[in-house]
Amino acid sequence: MNRTFRYLYLSAIYVCLYLPILILVIYSFNASRYSTNWQGFTLQWYSALFSNTSLMEAFRNSLLVAFSSSVVATVIGTLAALAFYRYRFWGRQIMSSFIYVVMMSPDIVMGISLLMFFIILGVQTGAFTLLLAHITFCLPFVVVTVYARISGFDRNIIDVAKDLGASEMQMFRHIMLPMIIPAIIAGWLLSFTLSLDDVIVSFFTTGPSFEILPLKIYSMVRLGIKPEINALSTVMFFLSLLTVTVSHLVIKENR
Amino acid sequence: MEKVPIVRLRGVTKRFDDVVAVDTLDLDIYEGEFLTLLGPSGCGKTTVLRIIAGFETPDTGEIFMNGDRLTNIPPNKRNVNTVFQSYALFPHMNVFDNIAFGLKMKQCDKKSIQEEVRRAIDIVKLSGLEQRRPFQLSGGQQQRVAMARAIVNKPKVLLLDEPLSALDYRLRQEMQLELKRLHRQLGITFVFVTHDQVEAISMSDRIAVMNEGRIEQIGTPITIYEEPDNMFVARFVGEINVFDGRVKHVENGSAQVDIHGQRFKVQNKKNLFPGQDVTVLLRPEDIMVSPNGNGSGGEGPALSGSVDEVIYKGKTVDLIITLDQGETIFVTQFFNEDQENVVYSQGQRVDVDWLYGWEVVL
Repeated sequence: MNRTFRYLYLSAIYVCLYLPILILVIYSFNASRYSTNWQGFTLQWYSALFSNTSLMEAFRNSLLVAFSSSVVATVIGTLAALAFYRYRFWGRQIMSSFIYVVMMSPDIVMGISLLMFFIILGVQTGAFTLLLAHITFCLPFVVVTVYARISGFDRNIIDVAKDLGASEMQMFRHIMLPMIIPAIIAGWLLSFTLSLDDVIVSFFTTGPSFEILPLKIYSMVRLGIKPEINALSTVMFFLSLLTVTVSHLVIKENR
Repeated sequence: MEKVPIVRLRGVTKRFDDVVAVDTLDLDIYEGEFLTLLGPSGCGKTTVLRIIAGFETPDTGEIFMNGDRLTNIPPNKRNVNTVFQSYALFPHMNVFDNIAFGLKMKQCDKKSIQEEVRRAIDIVKLSGLEQRRPFQLSGGQQQRVAMARAIVNKPKVLLLDEPLSALDYRLRQEMQLELKRLHRQLGITFVFVTHDQVEAISMSDRIAVMNEGRIEQIGTPITIYEEPDNMFVARFVGEINVFDGRVKHVENGSAQVDIHGQRFKVQNKKNLFPGQDVTVLLRPEDIMVSPNGNGSGGEGPALSGSVDEVIYKGKTVDLIITLDQGETIFVTQFFNEDQENVVYSQGQRVDVDWLYGWEVVL
């Protein structure tokens, strides 16, 4: 009885989580354009999707921004986390707590403040400002992930490496990096997905010349949901499923 | 023949903010010896070790190795290796790679790394565990890996920062013997830091007792234990009973000291003069107890009191005795054949005295 109830409860949670996605996937193969009833299996929305050049361009732009912002954020964030761990300097405490403030602050606040900032500087919003914005909101997540991992290590390990003859660079290459690589990968993936599906900050910080997928979808959906969107969402869902699986395997391998 | 120190510290001071961790310290460490830095936590012993290793730079003073100035040489360029209290093994490497790390950093060729690591693994008796990761090892095994990782580099001096304190009692005893064996076998100078006086006494060639950044006394375990220079050393190294007294009379090499109205004869090594206030120190095992009115064969003076507590320890019996003057003293009695009546009962009246020469006068 108790056991049945437990499984029922658990299933209910997973149904709530995955049923909408499942419906979306099913409807992406539905031949009907407008209705919600099943009209037969088709792949036409997928071919429509791939021939929709403006949508595909937005997708490419999104991938480009997500990739480059996550890479830059990972490099800077990892270095910042190392600095917080390794050195004692004035303002360290304040600086590390402000990292959390950025992470917690609402997207809308960040979007508006970045827009203001770009206007004051007189920078034309577009691909470049969008990239800067994405790097900014991804950065704290990388710092926090990497810092959480290094702070769990015995500090003496650094001293031991030096004691055994390693230079600062050798210590980093042979000791620090292998120990924090899973956290770096995790931070990068987190940044990548955050950047890929961000709407609010992007809405304020990109210009009309540079369209990215979430904003494109958002504007398209205002005119009603098209089946191409279902197809696109399905593609993105399986793409993220793939990345999560790969990252899981990579981290497991490294442990 | 004057022995040349392998490591020499001269006037070394190290401050952390306003706290003086090491205070104008001089120390000579000789080739091949087992030197222990002994002291309570916060006495600066670990800082001295870290200065020798190169992790800390002294604020003032110099450090030399074989006569060469070492003060500003970074740790990776010193021929010194450290074994840390927490072992700090590299978690992402197996036993073999942990031990090989130092040699790899020195760019030794593969073949000699193989040989040297194998030899080190043999010395610390870890054969068969080469492929294990640190988390798959017991505390004692991790300790051995940490040792092997240091000694494989053939350091001139091996620094050990409380390496045994994380082990349980049994394993600790075993590792103490193991360390002694390693020291003999390798012939490397060992500098060992501990707060455990029993460990220090049983392992060291020399002990430096430290307090508040200074060395209170340095000498062999026997000297430290039997002839402490001051109250700190006397109290820190083992149990000790303290009696206040006044010098009454001075003779050739000895003196008469008045303790609670009784005149005891003590050795006069420090130019005592009549009227001087002194403290007479006695280790628990140096005090003799006899039933009241029968004081040590009836000769000489004795202090009387009553037994408060009898603690049977197997090899010995410990007695806590309150003297009539109110002081509490601690006495250890050994069982021996010519004195069978060492078993006292609580509340029993007793006399205490000691053999001339077993006391320390400060």
